[in-house]
Amino acid sequence: MPDRLEGHTFRRFDGELDHLHTEILEMMALVFSQIQNAIESFQPQKQKTVYDIIEKEVRVNLLEKKIDSSIMEVLAKRGAVARDLRAIMGFSKMVTDLERLGDEAARITQISTKIYSKEYSSQDTGMLREIDIIGKHACAMLQEMIAVLKTLDSKRARKLLRRAGINEAFNASLRRLTTYVLEDTLKMKYVINIILILKSLERIDAHARNLAEYVIYIVSGDDIRHAEDNRQDADNKAR
Amino acid sequence: MSIVLEKQWNGDNARTKGKEPVSTPEQTNSIASCEDRRTVGIATVNNPRIRCVDVNVYYGNKHAIKNISLDVAHNEIIAMIGPSGCGKSTFLRCLNRMNDTIDNCTVTGKIELDGQNINDKSIDVVPLRARVGMVFQKPNPFPKSIYENVAFGPRIHGLAKDKTDLEEIVVTSLQRAGLWREIKDCLNQPGTSLSGGQQQRLCIARAIAINPEVILMDEPCSALDPIATAVIENLMNELCCDYSIVIVTHSMQQAARVSHRTAYFHLGDLIEVGKTEQMFTNPIHQLTSDYITGRIG
Repeated sequence: MPDRLEGHTFRRFDGELDHLHTEILEMMALVFSQIQNAIESFQPQKQKTVYDIIEKEVRVNLLEKKIDSSIMEVLAKRGAVARDLRAIMGFSKMVTDLERLGDEAARITQISTKIYSKEYSSQDTGMLREIDIIGKHACAMLQEMIAVLKTLDSKRARKLLRRAGINEAFNASLRRLTTYVLEDTLKMKYVINIILILKSLERIDAHARNLAEYVIYIVSGDDIRHAEDNRQDADNKAR
Repeated sequence: MSIVLEKQWNGDNARTKGKEPVSTPEQTNSIASCEDRRTVGIATVNNPRIRCVDVNVYYGNKHAIKNISLDVAHNEIIAMIGPSGCGKSTFLRCLNRMNDTIDNCTVTGKIELDGQNINDKSIDVVPLRARVGMVFQKPNPFPKSIYENVAFGPRIHGLAKDKTDLEEIVVTSLQRAGLWREIKDCLNQPGTSLSGGQQQRLCIARAIAINPEVILMDEPCSALDPIATAVIENLMNELCCDYSIVIVTHSMQQAARVSHRTAYFHLGDLIEVGKTEQMFTNPIHQLTSDYITGRIG
């Protein structure tokens, strides 16, 4: 457990915060493997992983409820303040993002199942490559996020947030996908499915960034969410 | 840690006196270390009701309060928290010279009430204590009737012109202390016959009957149940419209609930002062953080 969560005179409070942290890590690991499996499901030989993803989705949902209940219990019992309060608040926000990550994995899987159904006689490897490119980016982001979450390292979280976003790659993919439609309008439905998957992957990147922001909030108390909006608001008030 | 300027509560220019202060969360974003005992946060205010500069208190050779500078604003509730023996009650007692009653106690430094140094030899402590009232941990009504408990102060300070005037002061004080409706039919009963919470409110009524400027409260709710505590806290909230209130409490939740600013004391040092919401969500000093989160104390 990171030292900033321990050291209470009431040692059971240490244990309760540690337990929350461990449950969050467990949920993160589950969601990460769900997303990995979802991306892999576009390889024909890995289609069977679809059942794993659905089974994990159930576990993620149950974990969400369990962690929420643990958070309520700690809040009711401990009257947490300062970094303890921030940790509990941060964990609570993380649970929501993690659950949504799980939903995105499920969404990708649904589309993957559709793509491999009888509806489409053959797969377009060129288009599937777009998923691979963005998927790798999203997975790398999540993998780094697991390390950040484990150590609650705010410096590493800030570094992660400085990484280039997925937007550029997403837009490049959209351009390439447009050319497929221009060549053959019958591919429209297939392309839309691919775009929906890319959008889900883009959301996964955004959720991973949210998680990094919560780590920074827990450790330093800095609420860096919507920084651009805050600047805009300050500018408007200054005028 | 680099030394930066102390900020004033009302956003005024910085004032650095006594111990050199360090600050603040939004610029440094780092926590002052446990070894650093300089005051961090917002210790000064514009147009203070009380201004303390470099206050030291000694009990014989024991240095109980070390070079503390702190202002109390008009209509402010400021809570003082810290582990037992950190000097918060000693500091509170300096504010109306209650330490004068302790033989081997020496107080140095400047404590100004509305610009007047209260430690000046020419100051008479009786009117001073009328201006700075005090409520103690244990309710201590006089062994007299409820009416007499409240009427005693105005009578000896000559605040009432006649009997009708005195009655009006008593009724108003009891009303403001939130006790009137409960005891209006038994004003002649002894004050000691009331419940703990009622006795504490009677003591508050007694304190405000002499129209003070500041009310000092030394753990006023530590002997009360949660309902009586809530009544006193509501009362404090109403009274701060007219008075400045300085409260010493061991209850973090109480400090968080009632005060505008919180001051954290540690082994005679004033470690941190700040807006209560900031102190309890993102304290600057490591010692403050450790204390309020239950890691020391």
